[in-house]
Amino acid sequence: MSDVPTRGPETAGSEPLLKLSGLEQVFDTGKGEVPAVGGVDLEVRPGKVLCLVGESGCGKTTTARAAAGLTKPTGGTVAFRGKDVSRMSSAERLAYRRAVQFIHQDPYAALNPTRTVFSTLTAGLRRHKQVRSKAEAREKAGELLRLVDLTPPESYLDSYPHQLSGGQRQRVNVARSLAMNPELLICDESTSMLDVSIRVSLLNTLGKLRDELDVGFLFITHDLAVAKYFAWDGEIAVMYLGKVVEHGPTPEVIGNPQHPYTKALIGAVCEPDPDLARANRAASELRSADIPSLTALPSGCAFHPRCPAYEPGLCDDAEPPLIRFGGRPAAPGAAGGRRLACHVVSRDHGRSPSDDPAESALGSGSPRGAAWSA
Amino acid sequence: MTEPILSVRDLEIAYRTGRKESVTAVTGVDLDLYEGQSLALVGESGCGKTTLGLGLLRLLPGPGRITSGSLVYRLKDGTRADLLTMGKEPLRRFRWNEAAMVFQGAMNAFNPVIRIVDHFADTLRDHSGGKRWTKQAVERRAGELLEAVRLDPDRVLPSFPHELSGGMKQRALIALAIALNPQVLVLDEPTTALDLLTQRQIVQQLHELRRQFGFTMVFITHDLGLAAELADRVATMYAGRIIETGSARDIFHAPKHPYTAGLINAVMPVKDAVPASGATPRLESIPGYPPSLKAMPDGCAFHPRCAFATEECKAAPVALEVLAERPDGMTHAAACLHHDRVRLERKTAGGQAASAEKEPTNV
Repeated sequence: MSDVPTRGPETAGSEPLLKLSGLEQVFDTGKGEVPAVGGVDLEVRPGKVLCLVGESGCGKTTTARAAAGLTKPTGGTVAFRGKDVSRMSSAERLAYRRAVQFIHQDPYAALNPTRTVFSTLTAGLRRHKQVRSKAEAREKAGELLRLVDLTPPESYLDSYPHQLSGGQRQRVNVARSLAMNPELLICDESTSMLDVSIRVSLLNTLGKLRDELDVGFLFITHDLAVAKYFAWDGEIAVMYLGKVVEHGPTPEVIGNPQHPYTKALIGAVCEPDPDLARANRAASELRSADIPSLTALPSGCAFHPRCPAYEPGLCDDAEPPLIRFGGRPAAPGAAGGRRLACHVVSRDHGRSPSDDPAESALGSGSPRGAAWSA
Repeated sequence: MTEPILSVRDLEIAYRTGRKESVTAVTGVDLDLYEGQSLALVGESGCGKTTLGLGLLRLLPGPGRITSGSLVYRLKDGTRADLLTMGKEPLRRFRWNEAAMVFQGAMNAFNPVIRIVDHFADTLRDHSGGKRWTKQAVERRAGELLEAVRLDPDRVLPSFPHELSGGMKQRALIALAIALNPQVLVLDEPTTALDLLTQRQIVQQLHELRRQFGFTMVFITHDLGLAAELADRVATMYAGRIIETGSARDIFHAPKHPYTAGLINAVMPVKDAVPASGATPRLESIPGYPPSLKAMPDGCAFHPRCAFATEECKAAPVALEVLAERPDGMTHAAACLHHDRVRLERKTAGGQAASAEKEPTNV
């Protein structure tokens, strides 16, 4: 992984909470090895959001599970506050388990149906001996419910999951993960099963935790609208077949995508505006609709069989490294610059003297790049 | 514009929940659907959109029953028939010949132990009113349909459902629904649970199929983007009623019901260049949760969540009021006493809604 740039001085300031270096996860199956994640380098900082986006099977969830310590990666490291998770002492591991919490996708499946909200919320507290009496546990559980806007708490504490709506259940899930005062929340499609207005209110609640409690987020979604909204002050990493293909500050990646895959994803979004939707109809023409199998990855760039910018000889030969894109320094305080894994765009960019050579998929006049370079 | 292909009047659908109890899931729905149009039924979970969609074909499951109203279709032969008084055999001929449905959840809609080709054979034989379908004829027809949705018949026909990807299954399901050239196609959440690029492909194919086969389309979705993309007309449902209806442009650019506006305000446009100059975007959600069907609020069912609610809203149910006449049945109507106060939070690409006139909202 010598091509991966270190994110040097410009990222100074806060130390990363979570650092994935060369993370690889190969699953052994009867039909051979499946390289679900093939070398991912990413960081999450306190109070910041890193959003992983991509289609099913791109390795988002596998990456998240490894980051949460739920699986042991087959290569690379997961470091929490600078400490390699696999080399932690048992006390350190306990602290890591407390500091990193996971919120699952399905609010219906993630709660034990035979436990009341109170019992679910305080299980962790009791396990980690954070409360001494039942009264204290109830008080703490009430606080947690208030934190996720389930008020008044008394009307929820003794409910069972089946008495709650999907949105309320997902709030209970979030409250449970907050019981341990986590520093990092890993959300795996945590809002995708919720209705639009309920989704926004949960995202606003999570945003409050991010801004007020400085919780860092590894946020996984296939919904670019959610990614754009929740990770606006953070970063997006676009994954394709186990690798990050584009990574950078959210406004730049969404407003001025560079990788043809990112462009296709953004072009495919259905917008809640008939004029906008119809204007962008022709935006995404892929050469093939089918995702290649992980067990038979294409040569060179894994996206080349589908890529509209494909050039024979260039793209199907060597795998494009994920390298720094765009020469301009990152804005002060921002997490860093952009990275891109595309032979064609990187080459054309190198040739062009201008700062933003590749036309955005959104057509001309995207104000975003200008706003961010200023 | 002649007479509508489907006229729904005062439709009410209830589910039995006990020996003498029932809940009303759909109330007072009036709808005229014209040939070639596409109508989106939008709303959140539990608003009655799937129930209404199933009701349009009288496909309601066990405890569900249409308790009053009428459902008049104009059939292919030009006669008109009320679905609610139709006998069992005519109903069987009606389904798939006149109107067909693409069920929710492409993953589970096929019988897992039956090959795709046999799904086509069953459908064609069951709904053709006694017409004989030889194996060759089935394969020919299924092949045409699969090609229309850009699937390879040689690959798909002999397959079992689990051998197909989600997108392929959804496309095969659409092909199956149009097997007998129905005039009306009802699709329930046609792109939910599919990947973004696959969704886009389904959307494009539905556009093409409509051009090719000319069916009238009703689709049920919680995804406003899909509605904006595919619908000529949109009807928003809340707590079992249609609370706003109009052309896609009227609905998305100048909604007149606070619930519709709330839904649109809760979605972040991805391609739109908002917010300007790096400001952090802020979306507002609709406060609270939808009401339970068992404990419906008095008056306008939305009033407990509505920023504009007054005493008047709590007093009596609010009927749909025509706000703007449009051709082709695209009349913009909303069931809100305060429709003139409803604004979108943000500017839309084509709309006139100005954020400067923003109304105070709940925080």
